[in-house]
Amino acid sequence: MKAVRYVVLFAGALIFLFPFYYMLIGSLQSAPDTSITGAFPTSGLTLDNYADINSRVDLVGSLINSGIFTGGVLLGTVVFGVLAGYALARLRFRGRGTLFVLVLLVQVIPFQLLLIPLYVLIVRGYGLADSYLGMILPFAINTTAVFIFRQFFLQLPDDLFAAARLDGAGELRVLWSVALPLVRPALLTAVLLTFIGPWNEFLWPFLVTKQADMQPLAVSLANYISNVSARAANPFGAILAGACVLAAPAVGLFIAFQRHFVSSDLGSGVKG
Amino acid sequence: MRVLGRHPVGMILSAPYAVYLAVIFAYPLGFAVWMSFHDYFFAAPGAIVDHPFVGLDNYRAVLTDPGVHQAFQNILIFLVINVPLTTGLALVLAVALNRAVHGRAFLRVAFYVPYVTASVAVVGVWLFLFNSGGLVNSVLGPLAPDPSWLINEHLAMPTIAVFVTWKQLGFFILLYLAALQNVPKELYESAAVDGASAWHRFWSVTVPAVRPATALVVILALITGANLFTEPYLLTGGGGPNGASASPVLVMYQRGLQQGEPDFAAALGVLLVLGVLIVAYINRRLIERD
Repeated sequence: MKAVRYVVLFAGALIFLFPFYYMLIGSLQSAPDTSITGAFPTSGLTLDNYADINSRVDLVGSLINSGIFTGGVLLGTVVFGVLAGYALARLRFRGRGTLFVLVLLVQVIPFQLLLIPLYVLIVRGYGLADSYLGMILPFAINTTAVFIFRQFFLQLPDDLFAAARLDGAGELRVLWSVALPLVRPALLTAVLLTFIGPWNEFLWPFLVTKQADMQPLAVSLANYISNVSARAANPFGAILAGACVLAAPAVGLFIAFQRHFVSSDLGSGVKG
Repeated sequence: MRVLGRHPVGMILSAPYAVYLAVIFAYPLGFAVWMSFHDYFFAAPGAIVDHPFVGLDNYRAVLTDPGVHQAFQNILIFLVINVPLTTGLALVLAVALNRAVHGRAFLRVAFYVPYVTASVAVVGVWLFLFNSGGLVNSVLGPLAPDPSWLINEHLAMPTIAVFVTWKQLGFFILLYLAALQNVPKELYESAAVDGASAWHRFWSVTVPAVRPATALVVILALITGANLFTEPYLLTGGGGPNGASASPVLVMYQRGLQQGEPDFAAALGVLLVLGVLIVAYINRRLIERD
């Protein structure tokens, strides 16, 4: 039974990882070799595809755009999301119940219902097409992160807060020097979760950015896949090279911090 | 003072988030519903135009549109494949992972990594794997389907359903792992005392114990399916062949923004969300029933 479990798990893991291996190998081959032995090349690997995709899509510019888009969302979530999570967890104020109900509701409203009105408002109404602000606004404060922050502040002992307040510390000071240091692991989990949202997001920045020099990498690579690739010498090689560049930061961060990506942290966020 | 609660400062701390919710969710939500009952179109910037009330006209247009019918049928095919596959595989793998002692970090990375990677990036490699001369067809040899997977009208949607299962499974394994931590150990012990086989323990202890998580997994998989856009847009070149893999959100994008009928798209969005809510409600009743 035990052996069967490990065979299933490791076989499954290899099947799950294979597309990533194939992505990397394909990006390093000068001509696509789709035979079975071609998946395990022994020689002839090259970086030409990376140069090729870079000549068609401005990789550095797109990465900077992705970085600004993601950075803006992270900043909004960490600053305003932590404040809201703290207030929801530890402070009694008018409207708290209503706000918490909204936090729960927002998580079940699918983004596609808001797509058309948000487009009309942000692009047509406020004229924010091809701007970072227009990209960031709909994602500015990640509600799941607010929820996780709240859960973690809620788990801290009451006495801690009573003592700090008794010493005359204001709420911002209690938050900054008492509560935040204690929830640092949660902060990291929420930041990681928030990061993958905008970094990987395609639909919204695709709608907002028409100028190539404003597009995040997910959008410029997608445009390359759907429009340009047919005319390239080794279209798949270039696509896969771009895919590796797009995947690397998120995968790298995830592997580096994978022990923070555990069920107990998220579980408390999901269970409510 | 009391009117504002014991800590009125909480209102100030949460104000930015409350404003954000009002501007980004509440107002657009109301706007979407309003738009779906009016004749709304894109006018030249600065022009003041009338948007007359048209009652249910937009809804009638959506419900009689053959493209919309096909998109909903496609999404049904998607859900019939994706939801059972996701729920079953996620639970089995979570149970196996939960008991695994060796190689946990490696296994975790392997199963979660598709979830943290951009769809656009992994779509690239699936295009490469599943095109006519791709690796999958070279492995299958004479068994390879003709026309190939993504350009075959019977296989395009099932291929997308399998892609999304692979892409999202890690997240659902995580949800099940969290639920498994809360299954009381005594249940397994008493089942073992009764001489129940591992298979029997799985069905009679684990499956009922994680039922709330299953309800959540099914609803979230349903919402993911209803939101499908990137995959049909890129994997099958805009919902091809002949619309066999078009999704409702793809139709919303094509009709609302490409063809300039945002009122039609808004009505489609409202219907889509109502559909998701109804199915989610039925699913909840079915799964939580004893």
